[in-house]
Amino acid sequence: MKENPDTQARRVQDDLRLNYGPNKKFITICAGTGCRAYGSLKVKDALEAELKKQNMNVEVLATGCFGFCEKGPMLVIHPDKYFYQQVKVEDVPEIVSKTLAKGEVIGRLLYRDPDTKKTLFREEDLPFYKKQLRVVFGRNGMIDPTRIDDYLAIDGYQALGKALSEMTPEGVISEVKKAGLRGRGGGGFHAAFKWEGARRAHGSPKYVIANGDEGDPGAYMDRSLMEGNPHSIIEGMIIGAYAVGAQDGYIYVRNEYPLAVTHLTMAIASAKEAGLLGKNILGTNFSFDIHITKGAGAFVCGESSALFASIEGRAGEPRAKYVHAVEKGLWDKPTALNNVETWANVPLIINRGADWYAAIGTEGSKGTKIFSLVGKINNTGLIEVPMGTTLYEIIYDMGGGIPNGRKFKAVQTGGPSGGCIPESLLDIPVDFDKLYEVGSMMGSGGMIVMDDRSCMVDVARYFLAFLQEESCGKCVPCREGVRRMNNILEDICAGKGREGDVELLEKIATGVADGSLCALGGSAPNPVLSTIKYFREEYEAHIKDHRCPAGVCKALITYSIIPEKCTGCGLCIKVCPTQATSGEKKKAHKINNDKCTRCGACIESCKFEAILVK
Amino acid sequence: MKTTSNIAGKTKEIVKKHGKDKSSMIAVLQDIQEAFNYLPKQALKTAASAMNVPFSRVYEAATFYTAFSLKPRGENIVKICVGTACHVRGAATLQDKFERTLGIKPGETTKDKKFSLETVNCVGACALGPVVLINTEYHGQVTMKKVDKIIEKINNEGAQR
Amino acid sequence: MVNLIVDGKNISTTEGTMLLEAIRGAGISIPTLCAHEAVSRSGACRLCVVEIKKGNRTRIVTSCLYAAEEGLIVDTKSERVLNVRRLVMELLLARCPESEVLQKLSKELCVEPQARFIADSDKGKCVLCRSCVRVCEEVVGVSAIGLFSRGSHKTVGTPYNEKSDACIGCGACVYVCPTGHIEMFTTGDKRKIWGRTFKMKTCDTCGRYFAPVDQLKYISKKTGVPLKELAICMDCR
Repeated sequence: MKENPDTQARRVQDDLRLNYGPNKKFITICAGTGCRAYGSLKVKDALEAELKKQNMNVEVLATGCFGFCEKGPMLVIHPDKYFYQQVKVEDVPEIVSKTLAKGEVIGRLLYRDPDTKKTLFREEDLPFYKKQLRVVFGRNGMIDPTRIDDYLAIDGYQALGKALSEMTPEGVISEVKKAGLRGRGGGGFHAAFKWEGARRAHGSPKYVIANGDEGDPGAYMDRSLMEGNPHSIIEGMIIGAYAVGAQDGYIYVRNEYPLAVTHLTMAIASAKEAGLLGKNILGTNFSFDIHITKGAGAFVCGESSALFASIEGRAGEPRAKYVHAVEKGLWDKPTALNNVETWANVPLIINRGADWYAAIGTEGSKGTKIFSLVGKINNTGLIEVPMGTTLYEIIYDMGGGIPNGRKFKAVQTGGPSGGCIPESLLDIPVDFDKLYEVGSMMGSGGMIVMDDRSCMVDVARYFLAFLQEESCGKCVPCREGVRRMNNILEDICAGKGREGDVELLEKIATGVADGSLCALGGSAPNPVLSTIKYFREEYEAHIKDHRCPAGVCKALITYSIIPEKCTGCGLCIKVCPTQATSGEKKKAHKINNDKCTRCGACIESCKFEAILVK
Repeated sequence: MKTTSNIAGKTKEIVKKHGKDKSSMIAVLQDIQEAFNYLPKQALKTAASAMNVPFSRVYEAATFYTAFSLKPRGENIVKICVGTACHVRGAATLQDKFERTLGIKPGETTKDKKFSLETVNCVGACALGPVVLINTEYHGQVTMKKVDKIIEKINNEGAQR
Repeated sequence: MVNLIVDGKNISTTEGTMLLEAIRGAGISIPTLCAHEAVSRSGACRLCVVEIKKGNRTRIVTSCLYAAEEGLIVDTKSERVLNVRRLVMELLLARCPESEVLQKLSKELCVEPQARFIADSDKGKCVLCRSCVRVCEEVVGVSAIGLFSRGSHKTVGTPYNEKSDACIGCGACVYVCPTGHIEMFTTGDKRKIWGRTFKMKTCDTCGRYFAPVDQLKYISKKTGVPLKELAICMDCR
């Protein structure tokens, strides 16, 4: 008799669970790109060598990203779940001989709460993790992403079994609709409506696509999912394909993410081998295959029609979308395109039910959202919180506030299409609609925190310069309008701003937003409009007083030496590339502003904070 | 030096691997770049005729995507992350420093062909910002002082691949 | 037939007609630079935008690509529409200050050059409407020219700016160019276009130079008509 796909999936899992019993000793070490850059793989190698040397049989799992990137490399020792951070290769012998052999904790490797000064033992005790709800992202840290068995052991592919054995495609769609899952890639469009549209659309074959072209600078949650838990995306896509009636799927991965490509490729191969992908999935007559397409460096390819063009082998130019992608998408066939994180939410909804899912979040935005918390923030990393968590909680409770005692100024959300949110709005609950209301947007979930040393005009200029390069160049308002706005912002930053520039920027912005062909141009003015809205006085300081209050815009600042602080050590003289600094040993030095290029070398070198930027 | 005929030969192999369907174009270009470190004109011409796609369409794709280079690149590629997080942590200052030290602008290669300078819009290692990638190796919290050390080390010992 | 209201006027048109044609058919003028009848449409210039109202939602669409729908309310001169059109004209005037076509069009639309924009000197008269690239691909079928790079660096031309082997010197791109950007010089037995010089063929009947040899060869190859039969100019045929 043929085994029911659901029981088949469960049986495999039960076998696997035996391997990870509650008392089993093993180590999970974060091997996300951030921790790898810190050297986590070297720590892993050292651990394995040391364990072998000491004749201990303890498995070391290189897992996906833990999220707390600030403190890498980090590891967890099971079953006690001791959380060690900033681990170096030199710490390894002690970890093995003390913690693993005798169960003793090494104090210096534990996290110390900077506020309470208390030493904390486990991940869940850390303020960074405490308020999070890590239902999608948390599983990253439990598995080796290169092994399908690990994913199966944490209930992986159970949702697929359930969908194929107990649910009709329509049933899957209505469950996702009831859950209220909205697209995590930017627009916040309801996933189930897309699926329904693609299911109903005429035309064959149909496609499902995962958009992994995470282009927003400062956002890397999709990468961490692709690297750290590729099967969750694949499972979501298979369920989606079943719902839509698609035979083929694509994952479009950003060029800068080679590790994600490797892990996804391995995951697809092992899913095929296990009969979870390919012909007659889990013994049913549903067949579906997934291909990987690597991007080649174009932000605009995050836009659906540009992404299709890129998969089709052409330059990624968007086209006017008066016929929706669910009807005419990839190769003009019905296509359901969702972001990577959206797909990773699907198995959860099927496993735990729409009611469970819809109970998390706000009225209009259900579930959790992963954010990357970066910039001028103490705890840089990835967090997952219920929709509706306030910006304040995110930045202060989890993020630990602003480093070096500086003052918070703004948080930029939504990438180049988003906006800057000022301190007065920190208590807003973060969801799709609220962020839009205050002139920003969710985007893919990047949050870049800025302090009083960040110039908001410079930030607007930065984004417009980015968009000028990334515009595909097809339509006039985006290609020419964004360039002209950028020129004006460059002028303002260079002290050549003119009376009326702010009003002109606003006027161009409206035309660019209304007139552009795709969403890139449509939202391109947001960084400018939101900074004008909340930080107009900074623009005026640049234009009228030729002053950059944050001390960033080089043409508007001068460096000088505070004589009381200068010890005359000569370091700044040594590093200055233009010989602008001078002075005798042990006497206060001087900076010649005609020669100074404000490169910052002296500031970096000065140990006494004797250089004043004004 | 690569001769015209072995550029064409290698390109044909790459096209064969991916298939002639024009949807393979980007993957073919990626492999060509992988093989030669840039996109030689001869390779683009060969790919166009082998895949039966107009040369102008191939050149469109090759010039549209920033990952592709039409000029030979240096032995070591220095990529400065200019993502937002790195920007607010001083990536621009760092870029100036690299430009001064190497004497080239982004997109250029030093005369001795040792270094090419490029910028990248976020490598997703924001905790380490400002970040610089030398070939595939990440350097975090890079300061101006570190820049000198990094360059010096490569000049003396070569870089990790 | 579908019925719609344009600027308060009831009009009806056949299903599938684009708004641009429907509106112009009703005697209302809409400016465009990139919608050429010989080629498919791209929606690049954005001059033909109109504001449409469906239920309570209004939005700006390009009339050249949006098909007429029953009950649609269209405003061709709303403030938003005029704002986009004015911006596009200002931007194009700054890009191609030499273009007489743009100067004339801006007069018609009552748009003055924006003094704050520093005029470009390196873009010629090209507004990147794409018609030349499309005619070369869709009508001529040789795809000798393309659109290279992206964003504000976008240009039109032959790959590497070099003489193209694919070009047949037919001049179709010159014919569809709305601003006269593409230069073609035909003198005696020579035609120069896109940096390449073509040899012209004389008409077997009247002896006038009438077409590049390469173009006739291409037509012969494509249609199977012997080259000899193509050696007579249009006037003598």
